Amino acid sequence: MQTSHRKLLAKLLAMAVAMFLFAVFVLPPLYDLFCEITGIGGRTDGKYEAVEVRVDTSRQVEVQFVATNNAEMPWKFYPMEYSVVVHPGESRAVNFFAHNTTGEDMIAQAIPNVLPNNAADYFHKTACFCFDSQPLAAGDQAELGLVFIIDPDLPDSVNTVTLSYTLFDITDRSELSVSQIQ
Amino acid sequence: MAHGPATLADGWVKYASRWLFTTNHKDIGTLYLWFSFAMFILGGSFAMVIRAELFQPGMQLIKPEFFNQMTTMHGLVMVFGAIMPAFVGLANWLIPMMIGAPDMALPRMNNLSFWILPFAFAILVATLFMEGGGPNFGWTFYAPLSTTYAPDTVNYFIFGVHIMGASSIMGSINIIATVMNMRAPGMTYMKMPMFVWTWLITAFLLVAVMPVLAGAVTMMLMDINFGTSFFDAAGGGDPVLFQHVFWFFGHPEVYIIILPAFGVVSQIIPTFSRKPLFGYSSMVYATASIAFMSFIVWAHHMFTVGMPIAGELYFMYATMLIAVPTGVKVFNWITTMYKGSLTFETPMLFSIAFVILFTFGGFTGLMLSIAAADIQYHDTYFVVAHFHYVMVAGAVFSGTAAVYYWLPKWCGKMYDETMGKVQFWIAFIGFNITFMPQHFLGLAGMPRRYADYGLQFADWNMVSSIGAFMYGAAQILFLFNVVRTITHGKPVDKPEVWEGAEGLEWTVPTPAPYHTFEKPPQVK
Repeated sequence: MQTSHRKLLAKLLAMAVAMFLFAVFVLPPLYDLFCEITGIGGRTDGKYEAVEVRVDTSRQVEVQFVATNNAEMPWKFYPMEYSVVVHPGESRAVNFFAHNTTGEDMIAQAIPNVLPNNAADYFHKTACFCFDSQPLAAGDQAELGLVFIIDPDLPDSVNTVTLSYTLFDITDRSELSVSQIQ
Repeated sequence: MAHGPATLADGWVKYASRWLFTTNHKDIGTLYLWFSFAMFILGGSFAMVIRAELFQPGMQLIKPEFFNQMTTMHGLVMVFGAIMPAFVGLANWLIPMMIGAPDMALPRMNNLSFWILPFAFAILVATLFMEGGGPNFGWTFYAPLSTTYAPDTVNYFIFGVHIMGASSIMGSINIIATVMNMRAPGMTYMKMPMFVWTWLITAFLLVAVMPVLAGAVTMMLMDINFGTSFFDAAGGGDPVLFQHVFWFFGHPEVYIIILPAFGVVSQIIPTFSRKPLFGYSSMVYATASIAFMSFIVWAHHMFTVGMPIAGELYFMYATMLIAVPTGVKVFNWITTMYKGSLTFETPMLFSIAFVILFTFGGFTGLMLSIAAADIQYHDTYFVVAHFHYVMVAGAVFSGTAAVYYWLPKWCGKMYDETMGKVQFWIAFIGFNITFMPQHFLGLAGMPRRYADYGLQFADWNMVSSIGAFMYGAAQILFLFNVVRTITHGKPVDKPEVWEGAEGLEWTVPTPAPYHTFEKPPQVK
């Protein structure tokens, strides 16, 4: 093979390999980062460390809760209060109810999502059952806690925030059994 | 012929070995073209099943599950099996002859890149006969349809796509190496025929995005079999990420399909207008700009995923911008014809139809690019009509034109002009009867990819199906005409074949000898 061909071949193959690595190892983290920065997709941040904030009593925000079961998830899962009204800056605790109605031990994971998108950055969770997987033995039920603060910087246009949880069955993919987690 | 290729007269072992082990660009071009035609017939028969089921509302012939497999396989086979290999076949046959090179730069890799293709499609098509059926998640294989809810055969699909990708990447590397290193003395970049230019740019697109497709299916493979969660929300992934990765490949992919078609038409129209191509350099720059822009508009396929308004506006305006270089091209083709001494042989008819219908498809594309309007059009038959105007009336018409245009050069025999024209008119009318009504269906709200539809859509669906059978029949006539030309065609011996044909490929004897340009020609 001519040297000129070999050099070009090496360059083009390197380009192909680089694009593959880009697709698998760069695009997904980049996408996550992009969503985190912009709040696209209603992603909420991780655990929020409470800081001293003034409570803005001049303003009221309605927070609605939605609970959905993914695909064939058989649990009973619903918020114990469907909506609460809070002042921005005020810490509030609510509970969700979960009941494993099946005859088998199961592990679930809740994935949160906030609407509207521009409220996602201002919805802070100081404690949430969604931070961990939730094991329930056959027939067991539990109240799952959530503590949240609405940031006083929440845009003025937002009067209602909807927090939705989708509950996924992750029993098959979990390496630990229900009793080990409990 | 002492050193000629083996023929059937040498016995079938020698004849088969010739094709299996060939490193000759003309042989490999022929293999690609026949393979793609076989896939075209296969994908077309899937389309016939789809249109037969949609002839009337209700379920008549097949089960909905099988209908889903048909729509998926139709798309996959047509895009990856028919159109792409057809243009790679044309590139193999023509690029060395157009730039005065004796063969492709990497002939053995050329052989490999062809011969892995039949295996890829054997694997893909075999899934139809397996338990659980073939892929049924649409040719865009969105997660989680293609991961969590996919039939087990999805792993065969993934493996097939990997092989196709490898084949495409090798094919494009070969084309880039040939064009960059093997041009005849005096053949500067700005003297290359338009077909070579469009293919050079297409090859770069392929090397850039086929690995991204491979990445997407690899992530699917990991999600399905190895417990990762790239696209699985339960594990912290995001199905929308799949759409971004897919369309980051997918949008350049549609230009990969159409750019060589532009190149073909840019060769044919000047010949039958007996004028040089108008605005050659603007054609080159327009092609390059289209290729560049294809990388920055992908999310216009996903306006409905819930993008922020800034994103929708950006992707909308960027997409509309592509109409500018494309408009330059259409303008140049029309201006080439203006005041030319036109004749209307079959290749010219297909090329003119290409210009008209592709422009039509481009305009519906502009309508779809309007983010607000797209919310209504998204996933309706309007989209189906749009991309068939650019893929079929664009890529397939231009491929047909190319076969008729260069067939006399390839086999030294002239096709039957009357039969060609009859085929053209059946195809042209059949195509429009098939896809024009799908615009109306889509605007009225008929969603794509369903096996059944509401009664209000019944009339236009029946019309569309009749058109599809017509268009299908035209392809049988095409096959017959080509075979008949090879066996019974009137011999041609003029090197230039067509009166107004320009370019190095028309300076070699007709039919083109097995080896051409062993001594490079001098280009002035």
